[in-house]
Amino acid sequence: MTKQAPWTGVPRLAVLWTLALLSGVAQAAYDLNFQAPASKLARDVYDMHIWMMWVCLAIFVIVFSAMFYSIIKHRKSLGGTPATFHENTQIEILWTVIPFIILVIMVWPVTVTLLNMRDSSNPDLTIKATGYQWKWGYDYLKGEGEGIKFMSVLSTPQEQIHNLAPKGPNYLLEVDNHLVVPVNKKVRILTTANDVIHAWYVPSLAVKQDAVPGFIRDAWFKADREGIFRGQCAELCGKDHGYMPIVVEVVSQEKYAAWVGEQKKKMAASSEEPGKVWALADLVKRGEGVYGQNCVACHQANGKGIPSVFPALDGSKIATGNKAEHIKMVVNGKPGTAMAAFGKQLSDTDLAAVIVYERNSWGNKTGEAIQPSEIKAAR
Amino acid sequence: MEATAMGHADSHGHGHQPTGLMRWMTTTNHKDIGTMYLWFSFAMFIVGGCMAMTIRAELFQPGLQLLEPERFNQMTTLHGLIMVFGAIMPAFVGFANWMIPMQIGAADMAFGRLNNWSFWLLIPASILLVTSLFVPGGAPAAGWTLYPPLSVQLGMGMDLAIFAVHILGISSILGSINIITTILNLRAPGMTMMKLPMFAWTWLITAFLIIAVMPVFAGAVTMLLTDRHFGTTFFSASGGGDPVLFQHVFWFFGHPEVYIVILPGFGVVSQVISAFSRKPLFGYASMVYATASIAILSFFVWGHHMYTVGMPVTGQLYFMYATMLIAIPTGVKVFNWISTMWRGALTFETPMLFSLGFIFLFTMGGFSGLVLAMTPVDVQMQDTYYVVAHFHYTMVAGALFSAFAGAYYWLPKWTGHMYDETLGKIHFWLTMIFFNMTFFVQHFLGLAGMPRRIPDYALQFAEFNKISSIGAFGLGLSQLLFLYVVIKCIKGGPKAEAKSWDGATGLEWDLPSPAPYHTWETQPLVK
Amino acid sequence: MTQQGTHQGPYYYVPSPSYWPLVGALALLLLASGAVLWVNSYSPGPLVVFAGFAVLIFMMAGWFRTVIRESEGGLYNKRVDSSFRWAMSWFIFSEVMFFSAFFGALFYARVLSVPDLASVESQMLWPDFSAIWPNAGPGFKGNFSPMEAMGIPAINTLLLLSSGATLTWAHWGLLKNQRTQLTLGLILTIVLGLIFIGLQAYEYSHAYSAMNLKLTTGIYGTTFYMLTGFHGLHVTIGVTMLIVMLFRVLAGHFKPDHHFAFEGVAWYWHFVDVVWLILFVVVYWL
Ligand code: HEA
Ligand code: HEA
Ligand code: HEC
Ligand code: CUA
Ligand SMILES: [Cu+2]
Repeated sequence: MTKQAPWTGVPRLAVLWTLALLSGVAQAAYDLNFQAPASKLARDVYDMHIWMMWVCLAIFVIVFSAMFYSIIKHRKSLGGTPATFHENTQIEILWTVIPFIILVIMVWPVTVTLLNMRDSSNPDLTIKATGYQWKWGYDYLKGEGEGIKFMSVLSTPQEQIHNLAPKGPNYLLEVDNHLVVPVNKKVRILTTANDVIHAWYVPSLAVKQDAVPGFIRDAWFKADREGIFRGQCAELCGKDHGYMPIVVEVVSQEKYAAWVGEQKKKMAASSEEPGKVWALADLVKRGEGVYGQNCVACHQANGKGIPSVFPALDGSKIATGNKAEHIKMVVNGKPGTAMAAFGKQLSDTDLAAVIVYERNSWGNKTGEAIQPSEIKAAR
Repeated sequence: MEATAMGHADSHGHGHQPTGLMRWMTTTNHKDIGTMYLWFSFAMFIVGGCMAMTIRAELFQPGLQLLEPERFNQMTTLHGLIMVFGAIMPAFVGFANWMIPMQIGAADMAFGRLNNWSFWLLIPASILLVTSLFVPGGAPAAGWTLYPPLSVQLGMGMDLAIFAVHILGISSILGSINIITTILNLRAPGMTMMKLPMFAWTWLITAFLIIAVMPVFAGAVTMLLTDRHFGTTFFSASGGGDPVLFQHVFWFFGHPEVYIVILPGFGVVSQVISAFSRKPLFGYASMVYATASIAILSFFVWGHHMYTVGMPVTGQLYFMYATMLIAIPTGVKVFNWISTMWRGALTFETPMLFSLGFIFLFTMGGFSGLVLAMTPVDVQMQDTYYVVAHFHYTMVAGALFSAFAGAYYWLPKWTGHMYDETLGKIHFWLTMIFFNMTFFVQHFLGLAGMPRRIPDYALQFAEFNKISSIGAFGLGLSQLLFLYVVIKCIKGGPKAEAKSWDGATGLEWDLPSPAPYHTWETQPLVK
Repeated sequence: MTQQGTHQGPYYYVPSPSYWPLVGALALLLLASGAVLWVNSYSPGPLVVFAGFAVLIFMMAGWFRTVIRESEGGLYNKRVDSSFRWAMSWFIFSEVMFFSAFFGALFYARVLSVPDLASVESQMLWPDFSAIWPNAGPGFKGNFSPMEAMGIPAINTLLLLSSGATLTWAHWGLLKNQRTQLTLGLILTIVLGLIFIGLQAYEYSHAYSAMNLKLTTGIYGTTFYMLTGFHGLHVTIGVTMLIVMLFRVLAGHFKPDHHFAFEGVAWYWHFVDVVWLILFVVVYWL
């Protein structure tokens, strides 16, 4: 008996500890169900799940009361002799047919909801969501706001992730640019991806749709209340799969119109004058920002990469050698590796800037500027 | 060497066996091979379990503490692969090796040398998998499902996994051919198919599943290999292929695979329940038909893992209806087990406890599976912790619990000693409690929208993750107790009788405990 | 049957301990790790792979020699024989499933993915792509000519079909104990198989040099070479086994009522034959 003590002691401690923990956080918000729905469809799914649970629970209770009855009443210690029956065709047919009927009853409302869920016809607004490693790109394709496009990147600072700063309330669920949509409008989301499969998932809107590279898939939602709804990429897409959230901001029609106006203005302002010649320092400065948004995830802020997964750029042959090679690598990427073709994602100016930044940071000191026109020529 | 081996075969069979290490390396004896399978599986369970502990430790609180995200993904991937292919499947092959010849009255498995090869192939495969942790670029990090294009991007660890899968495939196909042949061809006179013990029946059907789907998995990873290195475009849209093609091929294997994992467990539980209820198994024939129906249906439902890839709505409807049908034969099994207990004379030794835990928790896992089968609901839950909870209820509380039940049930037959019943019961209760603590709360995490395969999470998931991690450490530590009980039982303990359990039935209990090295050298006659 | 002098059960042969399985496991370890090194361009790769092959061949030679001696030594009774039959059937079934994964990929590409890439939505990603078969995908630049069914493939079909006939003829010879018919039939089968392999090799080289049809030619090239390549591999294995059978026949092995090895190889050969027929229809013809 003494031998048991060490083994039983530890788990017992764990149980006690857990109980203490449980009571300590009793006030904390426990979500025991889906997130609060923000569309009719999401509410249908919510209700359907509840009803599923009740059916299952009922069956469960019936089946296991039989088992526990037998465990309590038919134990050997009560002295009964075991019966010998081992077959009864009638009852066996019965418990094949009854579950079948239950299943048919269960599946009827589900079918209706599913047909509705997949009917993405006649949208008011069509937006393309493109998954990149590891951020989302949005293009407003049709409807009010047509032509708006932007990237949406995690905005939680690295210090919070590495426990160097207290975590904010929306830790890992915040991005720089929200996807803004009007309330009570049918929004169709076309998903696709640039590199690997991602999935566009917003629980409150009951949307989850894989984004498959090279294919277009679709989903839709119609939010019936304003608010900010957060979700995450839901298909393993590599290292930072946990760090590419989706934030949908549902606003009133008026606010949406204002937002569209603002975006249009911003886009006009940022469209570059072609042929402008940039100074080295300006390029590096702009490049730093582009690098921080697009490249750090792999090549790291210090340019050292991650050994044997992502190459270092600091001192790399390409980033210090022939610039044509460097431009080619960034514009076309390298197929079959995580290095994407950034030519499709970034403007000529941004590409020039980031390349110049890489060639003039850390230990790299080439000292040469590259102009957007050179990128254009190299495409 | 060769000459001696030949000499044996020609003249006097197993007259003088090699001893020491050579005995194990060259053995053709089903009991030796079974023992090796069982120890191998336990070792892999520990390796995979330690990976699970690493995962749970990282998830103990938000933020990154132990692992870089890339390493985390590697842990998840290897944990899944090792548990399924290294721990659970070999465990049941170990049971099959030990018990099937004894149960059907055969001298040994049909092909002794092939049997040994099936086992020894596991070693290179596991070396490849574990080595991948140390190669440049690290272990495969695309999840055990290995979806491209992510798996095309990854480094050479992925190639190691691909070849490991090939070798595992060869091993389990050969093992299954052996099992099928043994059951179909070596039964004792009078042992008709409809008298086979349930465990043999479930293995017969499982072996069929393995032979049918492991080659498909091998085909899938072969395509992955050529896409990675030889410029084919199976899974690349620009070449006219489709990443989703891989998912179809994978899940055509993957869904039957989950029944490969559980069906032998059904067999064990059927026998244990009947033994400790001291009553024949209720509805034997319908159990056989139900098992066969589950196996057949399992080929037609793979799409339920892919509801969100964007298949046409008709496809979703078809896969939903087909998937739900599996609840019916599985229900038949549950009802039969309960009817077997009904008006029996029940006692609750450890094997029975694990079997009861199995029925109770597996049914919960089955119900969460049924919820997942409903397409619109699955759209909310796919790739969240709800799925993780579902499959640990079926695979840990299902397959692993039934493996424990089987181990306790047959330990006396293997070792000749009774194990320590008190410790066994403590092992059960600890496992039961910590299992639920670990995985029950994951349902809530999933419902609230926590994706799986992430090293770090938003703050609203913190509490449940903490509970789950504590439960996991408890669950892991409790397994050391099992190791202790087994070793103690091998070393000594009360002498086991030939028929170690008074309610047990079957040919294996006619043999002395421990079962001698060679059994049924003349076949028994079954009335 | 004749198991006097052994301690085995009288009804079944249980082999004594053997180290061949261990050697086999080592062979696969070498093959796999060598292949991993090779595809990742590490220099010892090819060397390790060849070492693996060498060990594998050593293992097969030794293992089969043991089995053949046991068989010819009369240790295998009817029970053992029927075990072999079950095992070979299930093995062939597993091969069928392996091929079906690749046939499935072809079916999927033709019926689902290529049309999908040309759908209205996909125009956004792949403008002016149209779903005609043969197809190398929207990203493929350049031209290639598809394989024609008539010509070499048709000749190959005839070759394989007649080889199935000659093999059956050889088998009849064995059953009637007419060794000359047996030997002749086997040789004919082997020759037909070798011509098949030669023609296919020619077809490949022609496709590479003159038709610009390569393994990397999009989904068409991919499925074409993978399917015909795996089939070709199986033909090669089959011919090798037939050659082994020929040597055994010349050494006087097999009796009219005891020759499972021969039959097993014949089953395998017919299986390869059937796969070719399906290939011919779905890969070359349609
Ligand atoms: C042992 C393994 C095992 C078993 C037995 C099962 C059994 C079932 N599974 Fe599970 N499943 C997995 C292992 C298993 N699963 C794994 C590993 C995954 C994830 C893989 C990955 O993505 O990594 C998964 C994922 C998975 C999904 C995909 C989730 C997603 O990714 O989105 C779905 C969806 O349909 C599903 C459904 C089912 C169903 C319907 C059953 C049924 O067989 C259950 C049937 C049983 C019952 C229903 C209970 C008993 C019945 C009764 C008491 C009768 C009365 C009942 C009624 C009338 C309702 N499973
Ligand atoms: C049959 C298969 C099986 C088994 C037995 C287990 C057992 C366990 N699993 Fe596993 N799991 C899978 C199959 C299995 N799992 C699969 C297929 C996946 C999906 C992978 C993917 O997404 O690709 C998965 C994924 C998975 C995840 C999700 C990871 C993610 O999405 O990122 C988690 C997280 O909690 C988890 C936890 C556990 C735990 C705590 C156990 C415990 O039961 C383990 C307990 C056992 C031990 C701990 C070992 C023995 C004990 C000792 C050696 C003593 C020493 C112990 C300590 C140091 C504490 N598993
Ligand atoms: C998803 C990960 C990822 C991101 C994001 C990424 N890269 Fe890369 N990059 C890689 C990988 C992997 C390679 C190595 C490719 C190979 O195998 O040669 C690479 C290689 C390179 C190289 C060549 C380095 C060398 O010496 O071989 C350059 C230059 C480069 N990247 C620049 C960039 C720039 C500029 C950006 C951002 C605009 C960027 N990368 C973003 C993954 C990434
Ligand atoms: Cu993107 Cu996960
Ligand atoms: Cu499934």
